[in-house]
Amino acid sequence: MATSDNNRRKFMATTLQSVGLTALGGLLWSGYSDEAKASPLVLRPPGALPEEEFLDACIKCGMCAEACVNRDSNVDKETGEQRPGTLLMAKGGDHRLIGTPFFTPREVPCYMCDDIPCVPVCPSGALDMPSLLNEKKELDINKATMGLAVVHKESCIAFWGLQCDACYRACPLLDEAISLEYQKNERTGKHAFLLPVVHSDVCTGCGLCEKACVTEKPAIFVLPREHSMGRAGSHYVKGWDKNDQKRVGDRKVEEIETHTKRSEKAPADYLNREIEY
Amino acid sequence: MMKNIKYLLLRRITQIGLLVLYFGANAYGWNILKGTFGSSLLFGVIPLADPYTTLQVLATGFVLGADVLLGALIITIFYMVVGGRAFCSWVCPINMVTDLANWLRRKLNLDKEEVNYRFLKRRARYWIMVLGLIVSAIVGIAAFEALSPITIMQRGIIFGFGAGISVVIAIFLFDLFGVKNGWCGHLCPLGATYSLIGKTSLIRVKHDHEACTACMKCKVVCPENQVLYMINKESISVTDGECTNCGRCIDVCDDDALGFSIRNFGKEK
Repeated sequence: MATSDNNRRKFMATTLQSVGLTALGGLLWSGYSDEAKASPLVLRPPGALPEEEFLDACIKCGMCAEACVNRDSNVDKETGEQRPGTLLMAKGGDHRLIGTPFFTPREVPCYMCDDIPCVPVCPSGALDMPSLLNEKKELDINKATMGLAVVHKESCIAFWGLQCDACYRACPLLDEAISLEYQKNERTGKHAFLLPVVHSDVCTGCGLCEKACVTEKPAIFVLPREHSMGRAGSHYVKGWDKNDQKRVGDRKVEEIETHTKRSEKAPADYLNREIEY
Repeated sequence: MMKNIKYLLLRRITQIGLLVLYFGANAYGWNILKGTFGSSLLFGVIPLADPYTTLQVLATGFVLGADVLLGALIITIFYMVVGGRAFCSWVCPINMVTDLANWLRRKLNLDKEEVNYRFLKRRARYWIMVLGLIVSAIVGIAAFEALSPITIMQRGIIFGFGAGISVVIAIFLFDLFGVKNGWCGHLCPLGATYSLIGKTSLIRVKHDHEACTACMKCKVVCPENQVLYMINKESISVTDGECTNCGRCIDVCDDDALGFSIRNFGKEK
């Protein structure tokens, strides 16, 4: 009887210890993992699922990066040697979730291959092929949304009035993703500004513009779309645009109306009261 | 001399050979074995995938592509039916690191002074294995893959190490100066997964009690020596899933008392 009691006590103690240490490990591990995935400004391959989902899905096999570097077109035309690939696998020290593919446009941009070699090889579905199919059900790299180029006006020399259209010329969707806007240069009175304007509905985020930019630190650069785009929300609707009304949907007035403590009372009550600060 | 390292040599050839194939797939575009352990493609058609990684991704709630699921099934069936826990000693590159640490431990006589790490038990790896799936579900990334020295080392060899080399060095130091067989024998959740998968495999080390002279060299060299409980006691196979089928015990045995055999389900369970 005494031994069985002892055994039970020992069993309870070791179980408690194991559970406790597991909880400790779980806290440390969760904390580490949560920090490890926090790299919001990372550019993913074409067709990548939204970042949160992509981090779920990517199995870190590296087949996209292998397909990228080994594609037939990846040869230096002058030397005949293989160039470095666009896609890199995050290493320790890259400050991106380790083992996931990414690219850095200023070093090697995405060259937007027609056959998109990196996507069909993905075994897990983290690179979503259907999202890159056009109306004819063909792979179409122009449907990629890897990021969105942003222009920093103050460092862009075209905004200074100097003649530069490097990004405009480098863009694979010439005159569609980046257009040049003409403005009069009031400073000289006789010259024109040729200002690059990025169109977010066309830009794929390939980064050829960022690569081509002539300034020391690029004045045009690609950010993940989540970080380079705003959102008007459902409170603002272009009343003159049928499509924009569709965006908001058939919402009733009560749903759109904001209810605050102040709005509970009738407007007359509110107006007749003294102002409270 | 050759007899003493037969299986060791074969294992190193296998481990390094596989890494060369993976390396060549990236560096030279070879189409023999592409990808990494997480998910690979053999001869451009047969998918292979790591069962534990696959479980982690599924735990995050993502519905994986059929290639990965099929690949994980192929790998699981292979080790379940044939190889046992052979991944750990015949494929995993970290095995070379921990084997080196273990060898140095013996050469430097570190084991004589070994501290009894009471709280670190060999069964810790099973807790870690389950924990890895729970953390994956909570945080929403394959949690073990975020720090796995196995794939960090493999990707390091294929794509370049970066700071990832520090994880490999940490494992080496832990096994050398910390706990004996600390990583592979106590912590690694992938090893735990393969221990469970490989329990039923056909290839087993068999002990011949008649031939054994009880020199205990096998127990000294075995990274999981709890599985060798039958030495000098019974003539049976090593059926514990934690045996990695590394064959070091067979290499060091001077009495032919150990050898690989096909499990006999009729006689023993």
